Amino acid sequence: MIAVRHLSKRFGATVALDDVTLEVAPGTTHVLLGSSGSGKSTLLRVLLGLVPPDSGEALLDGIAVTPATRRHVLGRVGYVVQEGGLYPHLTVAGNVGLPAETAGWPRERTAERVRTLAGLVGFDEAMLRRFPAELSGGQRQRVGLMRALVLDPPRLLLDEPLGALDPIVRAGLQGELRRLFAALGKTVVLVTHDVREAVLLGSTITLLRAGRVVQQGPFAELVRKPAEPFVREFLGAQAPPPELREHF
Amino acid sequence: MGVIGLVVLALTVVGPAQAADAVRVGSKSFTESYVVAEIAAQVLEATGERVERRVGLGGTGIAYRAVAHGSIDLYPEYTGTISRAILKDAAIESVDAIRVALRARGLTISAPLGFENTYALAVRADLAARLGLARISDLARHPELTGAFTSGFLERDDGWPGLRRHYGLTLAGVRTIEHALAYQALASSAVDVIDVFSTDGQLSRAGVVVLDDDRRFFPAYAAVLLARSDFVESHPRAWATLERALVGRLDNGVMTRLNALADLDGRSARQVAARFLGREVDDGEERARLLQEIGTLTLEHLGLVAAAVALAVLVGVPLGILAARSAGLGQAELMAVGVLQTIPALALLCFMIPLLGIGTLPALVALFLYALLPIVRATYTGLATLDRQLLEIADVLGLSGWRRLARIELPLASVNILAGVKTAAIWTVGTATLAAFIGGGGYGTLIVRGLALDDVRTILAGAIPAALMALLVHGVFEAVDRLLVPRGLRLVMARPR
Repeated sequence: MIAVRHLSKRFGATVALDDVTLEVAPGTTHVLLGSSGSGKSTLLRVLLGLVPPDSGEALLDGIAVTPATRRHVLGRVGYVVQEGGLYPHLTVAGNVGLPAETAGWPRERTAERVRTLAGLVGFDEAMLRRFPAELSGGQRQRVGLMRALVLDPPRLLLDEPLGALDPIVRAGLQGELRRLFAALGKTVVLVTHDVREAVLLGSTITLLRAGRVVQQGPFAELVRKPAEPFVREFLGAQAPPPELREHF
Repeated sequence: MGVIGLVVLALTVVGPAQAADAVRVGSKSFTESYVVAEIAAQVLEATGERVERRVGLGGTGIAYRAVAHGSIDLYPEYTGTISRAILKDAAIESVDAIRVALRARGLTISAPLGFENTYALAVRADLAARLGLARISDLARHPELTGAFTSGFLERDDGWPGLRRHYGLTLAGVRTIEHALAYQALASSAVDVIDVFSTDGQLSRAGVVVLDDDRRFFPAYAAVLLARSDFVESHPRAWATLERALVGRLDNGVMTRLNALADLDGRSARQVAARFLGREVDDGEERARLLQEIGTLTLEHLGLVAAAVALAVLVGVPLGILAARSAGLGQAELMAVGVLQTIPALALLCFMIPLLGIGTLPALVALFLYALLPIVRATYTGLATLDRQLLEIADVLGLSGWRRLARIELPLASVNILAGVKTAAIWTVGTATLAAFIGGGGYGTLIVRGLALDDVRTILAGAIPAALMALLVHGVFEAVDRLLVPRGLRLVMARPR
């Protein structure tokens, strides 16, 4: 379980997070939705222990993320960032196997695990020997996902994982992620500014604005009972225009 | 480890092949010193001694320390220089007094070789004839004349200031001039009076007259061999042979002609010395010897560069890592290596002498210090400018500390670091030519000699191989790049943006 209680964080005069509380049920996907500067990435970074909160706490399996517990907690989290965050000097196999290598897995076990994950995202052996510079944006993103899954952590944190991709690839990967999350039963927190992605992947959504929670709940609830006009405004801004809608 | 092996190898190559019983003959870096040292060397060789030439040392201070520290056994020196520059007591003038004073330092001198190389004043022959100039005191009658003196002569108390007082001279104008240009300036009537050394080769040619020091102002600078006492004691026959062959044999006329052969006719010191000893070394033989010498110097030069750069990598990369870790320390460190860089190379080499004597070691240390800056800076920059997100991810993935450094940071910074090492290596190839001034060997040996003999060919024989070596180093590093920069990074660099 992932939980956040009364979390606040300022960077100088800027309020990044303002009394944020949320809870993600095991095996569900929770989307942090908002425009840039809404604090959604900061929230994720607090969960990773990369940013210490000013007040409140972030809990993973009931353990507060602190400098002391961080190492232990992070061992059970997979992390994916925009463009994959791959190391250019390592091959696909090298990148994916890195967490296992760090955890001291025997070489054979790592190789086996990498092959399994390759099957999961549809990569062949040759692909594993390539370097990031030889991959397309979508392929890099898949490698990032493989790396997050290599230790089979119960939780995944994804920061705008598809943000840098062109629309067609993006749509394809969104479908792929949905299937994967469902198949693997992970507890997922995903940061995005894309409403379509939020609807497609999120069991529940937290809409953030200037560090504050505007509304929380399933998408249908946000649409039916918007807590304030901003919710309708934000969701509407990304809806297809009526002229386009009638063509679908 | 490979790098350490390289250092050891380089040090072995650098360490001059020092046969225990070879006589080490030194010289300072001007024509006469080269010639006399070479005569001594050839005389010794004729008696069957093995001789190691450590010639072209950059000045009295360096040559004296070399003989005092036992880096060389003997070199030509002048009594006046010994009393003033070495013993620092102008009153110790006679050969016997100098011998007594030197004994405590484990040194001795030969009997005078014959010539005196002291300061003298020279004028154009036609001017001398017209004005009736033969002695320095004659100049007092002609305050309308102009003078051009070397900077040393202008400043030293045994130069122009003292001379002027001693003779009560005034000149219409006194300028500073390089010794190499003084004779030309005199010939073209740009000046009337110049200071010369009394055995300058140019004095053997027509058109110049040396004025007699009629009131005995200039101190005696009688040429002698300055040698280590332990050498004289352990090689009595060699020393006796040297004295027999040289003492009293080289008067001013002979020395001036020998200097002219080297300075004006472009003969090598070896050829000039051979001629004095009644033999001829033809140009072909000399060329063959030069080629052989270039080969030896190449090894020395390469050894110096390899050892200095390898040491700088071993020290500089960790320093760069340290600098990148701690902001305060980093700035202080970069400043320190930056300051090192601003010390002129020759000055740095000279600072090394009191600490490390002369020869390969001080040269190596100086080169190492110079090579530090580009390597420390490149390592620091390479690490400090890494993509923050990639480092954060490493942290989240569980890599931290040394592991992150070795697995992520250094490979990612490798392009930068190697570029720094390459810069350092190419610089060092150039800077290493200065090692010759303190007997460190390498291509600089030829450049220093060429400069002293005003012989462009010899200068080029040192300068061209040095330039080629710089190109070679560049090429080698291209290959090293391919070897050490991870393939994935090279792909990133090759990718069009």
